[in-house]
Amino acid sequence: MENSPDSAASLLEVRGISKSFGAVRALQEVDFTLRAGEIHALLGENGAGKSTLIKVITGVFQRDAGIVRIGGEEVAPRSAKAALQAGIATVYQEVNLLPNLSVAQNLFLDRQPMRFGVVREGEMRRRAKALLADFGLDIDVSAPLGNYSVAIQHVTAIARAVDLSARVLILDEPTASLDRHEVEILFGIMRQLAKRGIGIVFVSHFLDQVYEISDRITVLRNGRLVGERETASLSRLELIRMMLGRELAETTSARASAGAQTAREVCASFEGYGKAGYVAPFNLELRHGEVVGLAGLLGSGRTETARLVFGAERPDRGQARVEGAPVRLQSPRDGVRHGFGYCPEERKTDGIVAELTVRENIVLALQAKRGLHRPLSRREQDEIASRYVKMLDIRPPDPDRPVGLLSGGNQQKVLLARWLATSPRLLVLDEPTRGIDVGAHAEIIRLIRELCDDGLALLVISSELDEIVTYSDRVVVLRDRAHVEELAGEAIDVGSILAAIAADGASVAHEGRA
Amino acid sequence: MKGLPPVLITAIVLVAGFALCAMQFPNIASTRVVGNLLTDNAFLGIVATGMTFVIISGGIDLSVGSVIGFTTVFVALAIERWGMPPLVAFVAILALSAAFGAAMGAVIHVFDLPPFIVTLAGMFLARGASFLLSTESVPITAPVYSTVSDFALRLPGGGRLTAVAIIMLAIVIGGALLLQLTRFGANVYALGGSRATASLMGVAVGRMTVKIYMLSSLLAGIAGIVFSFYTSAGYSLSAVGVELDTIAAVVIGGTLLTGGQGSVIGTFLGVLIQGMIQTYINFDGTLSSWWTKIATGVLLFAFIALQQGLVALARRPVAKRAGAVS
Ligand SMILES: Nc1ncnc2c1ncn2[C@@H]1O[C@H](COP(=O)(O)OP(=O)(O)OP(=O)(O)O)[C@@H](O)[C@H]1O
Ligand SMILES: [Mg+2]
Repeated sequence: MENSPDSAASLLEVRGISKSFGAVRALQEVDFTLRAGEIHALLGENGAGKSTLIKVITGVFQRDAGIVRIGGEEVAPRSAKAALQAGIATVYQEVNLLPNLSVAQNLFLDRQPMRFGVVREGEMRRRAKALLADFGLDIDVSAPLGNYSVAIQHVTAIARAVDLSARVLILDEPTASLDRHEVEILFGIMRQLAKRGIGIVFVSHFLDQVYEISDRITVLRNGRLVGERETASLSRLELIRMMLGRELAETTSARASAGAQTAREVCASFEGYGKAGYVAPFNLELRHGEVVGLAGLLGSGRTETARLVFGAERPDRGQARVEGAPVRLQSPRDGVRHGFGYCPEERKTDGIVAELTVRENIVLALQAKRGLHRPLSRREQDEIASRYVKMLDIRPPDPDRPVGLLSGGNQQKVLLARWLATSPRLLVLDEPTRGIDVGAHAEIIRLIRELCDDGLALLVISSELDEIVTYSDRVVVLRDRAHVEELAGEAIDVGSILAAIAADGASVAHEGRA
Repeated sequence: MKGLPPVLITAIVLVAGFALCAMQFPNIASTRVVGNLLTDNAFLGIVATGMTFVIISGGIDLSVGSVIGFTTVFVALAIERWGMPPLVAFVAILALSAAFGAAMGAVIHVFDLPPFIVTLAGMFLARGASFLLSTESVPITAPVYSTVSDFALRLPGGGRLTAVAIIMLAIVIGGALLLQLTRFGANVYALGGSRATASLMGVAVGRMTVKIYMLSSLLAGIAGIVFSFYTSAGYSLSAVGVELDTIAAVVIGGTLLTGGQGSVIGTFLGVLIQGMIQTYINFDGTLSSWWTKIATGVLLFAFIALQQGLVALARRPVAKRAGAVS
C-alpha cells in the first residue's frame, strides 16, 4: 500500500464523513483528498459545511461516520491537541487566541522554549519577533495580544500555525481581515511551505485569491461534496455554478446614474470633526439616498471615522449636524437616538450575542431604540425576523436557532438585519460583505442600492475596491488616519482610488472578488 | 505584564496602611510584630497561593477551609490514637487531599459542571468527614510538635521567624515561580482567558483542570498541617470560613475574579493586609475583632471597583487599535 503512487501522494484522505447537529445534517458522506505539496481550496456557500469538515478532521467535533487517513494511516483525533500531534495545524475561522496573554505566549503556548523546566522568556520573545518579522510585523511581543487590532491577532494566529511545521496546514478564511499587502506575504509563505511538501487547505470567499494561490478546488454544497477540480481547468462561471447550484444573477452593472445629479438633502454633516491621536479633523457630508464609500489600507482611519460618526468615540473638536441642526454625538446611544445604525467589523466581540436566537438578535437594536416600556409583541418579533431571514437568505431559515450555531457568514447577515430593522436614517457599515459568499454578496450589494433608493444615507467601509466602485456615489480615501481625497461621480474608479491610497502614484496590485 | 498595576496598588495600600498603623502605635514597626504576623497568617498564605492558581484559571475552590479542618483532625487522630509516626501521617494526609482535589477537578471537567457547585459539595463532604472522625478537639502531644513550635530564626530586633512562617514563605516563592516561569503557569493563564480557545490551541484542558484543583487541595492539606502545628490540636470545626478569607486575599491582591490575570505575590500582599488589620485591632484593644471583617469587606469592594475600572479602560478601542498596521 505504501508503494501505490496514489496513497504515497495523498497526505490527508477523508472518506465518507457525515456529521449532524440534531436535525441539521451539516455533512453527508463527504470525501476530500489533500496531496503533499499542494494548496487546496475548500469552497462553498455560507453554511455549506466547510468549517464543520475542518473541525471534524481536527477532532473538535466527533464525526458520526467516515474515516480520516494521514499518510495512509487512519487517525481519529479526539481533541485539537491530538490533531496537532498527528501533524495537522489549524487556524480556525473564529480566530482563536488568548487576549490576556502576551503575543509571544500566544505564539508559543504549550511549546515554549524551555531550560531546566523553566520557560526561556528572552529566547521566546526573540523567536516571536523573528517569526512575526517574516509577516512584516514589528510589534512589542510582550504586550497582551488583546491590545492589538484584529488584523494583528489574525496574523499572529497564522504565524503560530505556520510555525508548528506540521504536515497539514488548514486555514479557514485566513485572509478575511488582512489587507492586500499582508495577503501577499501570507501567500508567499504558503507557497514556500507547499514547496517543502506540506499540504495546505485554504478556505476563502475571495475567488481571485483562490485562483491566484490554489492548485485544486473542492466544492461543498449543503453539506455534500459537489466535486474536486484542478483550478487551472475550472472556469469561474463553472465554479460559481458548482457552489450555488445555479447561475449568479448579473448585478455588477454600473450604478444607475438617473438620480445622481439631482441635489439631495443633507442627512448629516461633520465639520472639522476629529480627535487628537485618533483621526485628523475632517469634513464629511452624508446625503439622503447616497452611498459614501470609505477606502484606504487597514489602519488608515476608516473604522475610526465610522466610530466617530456613529458616536462610539467622542470627538474633541468639530461640529456635527443632523438634518441641519447641531447635535452632540458622545455615545452610541446618541447615535441611535438620532437614527444612526452601525454594523461593526468585529462581529464576534462587538456584535452578535451568541446565546440568543436569530430572532432575538435581529430585534435587539429595535427594542433598545423603542425603550423597555414598549416591548415588541411576539407576533411583531416573528414578523420582523422572518422578513429579514428571507430578505438576506439567512440559513438555516430558523429564527429560533441560537446565532452561535450559525456559520460565520450567516452570523454576519443577522448583524446586518439587526440594524436594518431599526429603519435608520444613516447606516454605517464596516466591511459588510466580509466572510459572505458570492451569492449573498451580490444580494447585499443589491440591498445597499435599494436602501439607498428609499432615501437612506449610507457610509460603507470596504477593502474591496471593485465593490466600493460599484455602489458609491462618492468615495473618501484615507491615508495615515487622515482624509486625503474625495472622489465623486465619473472620477470614481479603482485606478484613481489606488493612486490616492498610494499617494506617490506608485501602482499597487489590487485584488477584488469574482 | 500580568496584572502589574493592581499588584502595585495592593503594595501601596499595604505600605500606606502600615505607615498609618506605625504612626499610631510605633511598636508595630518591629520585627517582633512582623514575625508574629507571618506566623499567625502562615496557613492563610499557603492556601491563598493555591487559590490564586484556581482563580486565575477561571475557577474557584470553596473546599479549602474544610480540607484544612479535616487535615487537623486526621493528623491528630493518626498520631495520637492510631499510633502513626508524624511523618507518615503527613504523607498520608497530603496524598489524600491531593487525590480529593484531583477528583473535584476531574468532575468539573468531565461533567462540565461549574467549579462553584463541585467545590461547594467538596466543602460539605470534607467537613462532614472530619465530624465523622471526631467531634471534639484532639490535643497533639507528639514531641515533633514542640520541636517545630520552638524552632525559629532570630531576627535583628528580637523578632522570630518561625518554622511555619518559613514554610509559608517558601511556598509563596515556589508558587510565584511556578506561575510565572513554567509552561504549567502559562497554561493556567490560558485557561482563564478562555477554556475553549485554550483547548483549540492544543492545551490539555482536562489534565490542567485536574492538576490545578489537585494543587489547591494539596496546599490546603499543607496549610492544615501548619494549622495543627500552630494550635497543637485537631478540631473538626477549625478553619470554618477560611475559604472566604482566602478568596478575599486573592482578590485584594489584584487577581481578577473572572480569571486570566493575577499573581501570587499580589495574593501574599493581600494576606499581609488582612494580617495587618488584625494586628492593628489587637493593638488598639478596644475594637472588636469583627472590625477585621468589616475592613476586609470595604477593601474588597474598593478593589473590585478598581479592577472593573481598569478592565473597562483596557477595553477602550483607542488602545486596542493603537498597534494597527498601516
Ligand atoms: N455547533 C453547531 N451546532 C449546530 N449546528 C451547527 C454547529 N456548527 C455548525 N452548524 C451548522 O452546520 C452547518 C454548516 O456550518 P459551517 O460553519 O460548517 O459552514 P461554512 O461552510 O463554514 O460557512 P461560512 O462560509 O459561513 O463560514 C450550518 O447550517 C450551521 O448552522
Ligand atoms: Mg466557516
